[in-house]
Amino acid sequence: MNIENEMKLSFKSLSRNEGFARTAVCAFAAQLDPDTEEISDIRTAVSEAVTNCIVHAYRNRTGTIELVCRILENRELYIRVRDRGCGIENVAKAMEPLFTTAACEERAGLGFAVMESFMDKLKVTSAVGRGTSVIMRKRIGGKNE
Amino acid sequence: MSLRIESRDRSVTAYLTGEIDHHIAAAIRNDIDYSVRDTGAVELILDFSGVTFMDSSGIGLVMGRYRLMNEMGGSVIVQDPPHNIKKVMKLSGIDRLAEIRNSTEEESK
Repeated sequence: MNIENEMKLSFKSLSRNEGFARTAVCAFAAQLDPDTEEISDIRTAVSEAVTNCIVHAYRNRTGTIELVCRILENRELYIRVRDRGCGIENVAKAMEPLFTTAACEERAGLGFAVMESFMDKLKVTSAVGRGTSVIMRKRIGGKNE
Repeated sequence: MSLRIESRDRSVTAYLTGEIDHHIAAAIRNDIDYSVRDTGAVELILDFSGVTFMDSSGIGLVMGRYRLMNEMGGSVIVQDPPHNIKKVMKLSGIDRLAEIRNSTEEESK
C-alpha cells in the first residue's frame, strides 16, 4: 500500500467537532478533485463515523477521536476514524440498518448503512472496553473511467 | 443552521437552513415540537430547501416528528429536499413515513 499523502487529526469527542471533522476531510480530499456528489458522499460518511464515536463510544464521557486520511494509489481516499471508547459487542448486529442503542436520542440506526453505501469499502473492528476503528475507502473519479 | 417556524390553520411549517447533524438536531426538534404542541397542529411541513448538508441525524429528526404527529393524529410532509439530501432519504426509506413533496410542482397544478 503506497501512501502518497497523509494527514492525522485528533480532537475531543464534542458534537461541535462533527462539522469540523467532515470539513477537514473534504479539504484534504480536494487534492483528488472530487465532484460534488463525491464530496457530499465523503462528508456524510465522515459525519456518521464521528457521530458514532460521540454518541456511542464515549457515551457518558469525553474522549479523543483520531482521524487519519490518506491518498493511496489509483486515486483512492482512505479514512480511518478511531476511538478508545466502550467498543461494540456485536459488530454485525450494530451494522444492521435501523439497529440502534440510542433510540431515545432519535438515532435512526443508519450510520453504518450510510458509510457502506456512500463509500466503496467499509471495515469495522472493535474490542469491548478498548474501542472501535472504522476504515473507509473510496476511489475518486472512478465512475468516469 | 437556522430555523424559522410559521403556523396557520393547524399547519406548522419549519424552514430548515444550513447543515443538519447530531450537534444541532436536538435544538431543532425541541423548537419544532413546542410549536406543534402549542398550536395543536395536524400537519407538519419540514421544508428542506435551504439545507446544505444532512446525515442520518436528519432522518432521526423526521422519524421522531413522524412519531409525534402520529400521536397527534396528523402527518409529516418533507418539502423540497435538495438532490444530495434525497440520497440519504432514499437510503433510509423515510418516504414510507412522510410524503416527500416538491412545492413548485404543487403550485403549478
